[in-house]
Amino acid sequence: MMDLSSLLDLIDSTIRLSTPLLFAALAGLYSERSGIFDISLEGKMLIAAFASASAAAVWGSVMLGLCVGILASVGFSLIHGVASITYRGNQIVSGVAINFIAAGLTIILGQSWFGQGGRTPSLFGGGRFTAVDLPGAEAVRDVPVLGPIYSGILSGQTPLVYVAFLMVPLTWWILFRTRFGLRLRAVGENPAAVDTAGISVTWLRYRAVIICGVLCGFAGAYLATAQAAGFTRDMTAGKGYIALAALIFANWKPVPVMFACLLFGFLDAISIRVGGVELPVIGQISVQFVSALPYILTVILLAGFVGKATPPKAGGVPYVKER
Amino acid sequence: MSRPYAKLPRWIDYGLIPLVNLVVAFLVAGLVVLAVGESPLQAAVLMLRGAFGYAEGFGFTLYYATNFIFTGLAVAVAFHGGLFNIGGEGQAYIGGLGVATVALSLGAILPWWLNLPLAIALSFAFGALWAFIPAYLQARRGSHIVITTIMFNFIAASLMVYLLVGVLKPVGSMAPETRTFDVGGQLPKLRGLFELFGFNLGGAPLNVSIFVALAAAFLIWLLIWRTKLGYEIRTLGFSPRAARYAGMSETRLIVVTMMISGGLAGMMALNAVMGDQYRLAIDFPQGAGFVGIAVALMGRGHPAGIVPAAILFGMLYQGGAELAFDMPAISRDMIVIIQGLVILFAGALENMFRPGIGAAYQWVRFRTEEPAGASVGEAK
Repeated sequence: MMDLSSLLDLIDSTIRLSTPLLFAALAGLYSERSGIFDISLEGKMLIAAFASASAAAVWGSVMLGLCVGILASVGFSLIHGVASITYRGNQIVSGVAINFIAAGLTIILGQSWFGQGGRTPSLFGGGRFTAVDLPGAEAVRDVPVLGPIYSGILSGQTPLVYVAFLMVPLTWWILFRTRFGLRLRAVGENPAAVDTAGISVTWLRYRAVIICGVLCGFAGAYLATAQAAGFTRDMTAGKGYIALAALIFANWKPVPVMFACLLFGFLDAISIRVGGVELPVIGQISVQFVSALPYILTVILLAGFVGKATPPKAGGVPYVKER
Repeated sequence: MSRPYAKLPRWIDYGLIPLVNLVVAFLVAGLVVLAVGESPLQAAVLMLRGAFGYAEGFGFTLYYATNFIFTGLAVAVAFHGGLFNIGGEGQAYIGGLGVATVALSLGAILPWWLNLPLAIALSFAFGALWAFIPAYLQARRGSHIVITTIMFNFIAASLMVYLLVGVLKPVGSMAPETRTFDVGGQLPKLRGLFELFGFNLGGAPLNVSIFVALAAAFLIWLLIWRTKLGYEIRTLGFSPRAARYAGMSETRLIVVTMMISGGLAGMMALNAVMGDQYRLAIDFPQGAGFVGIAVALMGRGHPAGIVPAAILFGMLYQGGAELAFDMPAISRDMIVIIQGLVILFAGALENMFRPGIGAAYQWVRFRTEEPAGASVGEAK
């Protein structure tokens, strides 16, 4: 049986592993709700991770790193925007292209700038996000049950973890309680109606795509400057696609997105721990099965056997103004 | 793909615009080379020399091209049906299982020329099967095929790792791969054939599966443009509503198109597994499934375009590997960038230069054919 401390440890790593997924999935939420499909979350996270780690390594400031990461990611978002909004190209094709460019560029530039086989120098001190101790975390540590939860899980995370989880209610508020959010959702469902109301479809979608870039920037910066101490080759390792899966799993809604990301983060956390563990009835669990589980679950969901995925109606379709 | 712009003559549509897009993609790639402090021109020369300059390099170029013909055709067939198959990588990976099944079980019994048709059939069947589920889900349950095929890539990767570290690994071995195939499971290299013409292919893994690839390219041309099924597939891609109105079964067409697509991707394993490595190893497709997207876009979905596009990418792969020796700043990852840029400019941004080229064309036409006002009107 699992004791309390290893359970807390598991929850703690679930939160850490969900954070980048959460940033990326929320990023995709803004873009896809506005009608722009985005499979380039992976590439944007990757370029942001690289840019933030490089900037943090060169200037020794993690905040500067975060800003540069966001800039890089927004730059890639704008490429996606130009291709899919302005030139009405195929959004999937554009996303695929961005993923490849990011995968190659990070290694070529990394090798040329730092000469460490595509890695950036290890970050230390001010170059990394460090854990924040919430007030009183030490004092309540010995209180049974609640003490360890507060001091072990709620406290002692890096600032970006708090930002990610605060983004969930904020996103909900923006989407469902502001004029911008209403228009954003409308442009993803029926752009012609938004256009008729005299609102620019193009500008709305560009704003959504830029927000998507900013959040992917956070996701990448978290990977390279908070979770790890520097960029390593291909460090997103499919997390962008898992975030995409989480977004679909959550039916393009902010609060369910958080739970989906926590679920997939949890699967990631236990996949390291369950390798070779014998369970009664099921037998030995294979690590590969657990790591494939997010994808399998998403396919099952998409198949409509459990719940039903209803994507934004105008998603993936370029808007052509009637002439 | 929708074309909200004025119609242009075929030679501009299929010749000039793709060429301009390609040139721009390479110019941007040149900027990257410049950014890492090397000369793009010199890099291009080194790359061409590495890929075409000597027989062995050329053999490697064609070997890689064989992979990309299969995967490029796979993506193109799906494109014709209006479907985007990103799952070529996973389908090729699973196709390897089909090849390995034949080579492991019959390699010691039958000669290669009897095993080859069996391996073709099984690799096609395994790839097609892996594409079947996403296709069926798209057709019957409306699940977006792009997302499901991406998911199936990851599921395939997990499944293959599971099999390769488990049942497929010979007892006592540490490496996650099958045992080496017996002679009957090894496709002959084309070394002897080239020696007749006085070329020494050296260690190049070029093998008979390039002929299978070329035959597949011809058959796909036949299928798409000369058969009823091909006509139906193109109708589905052009307008699903028209296909439905004409009484074609959408479900059947989606499933059949995707299974052909998946099967072609699966056949890529012939070249890599049976033609080169003689064993099934982890991650043998090495991104060929994704290169297929670039190849199909560049070749505009036509086998006559796909084969040269595949050779171009084969050249990039081989030349890029050689380039890395002379210019350490430029590793093979440069190819991934070029691949992305080609997909970006030849695919997503295909309409970027269109209005400009169209306007220039109309202007030239207007200048040269002053009195022919009617034909300008017709061109719109």
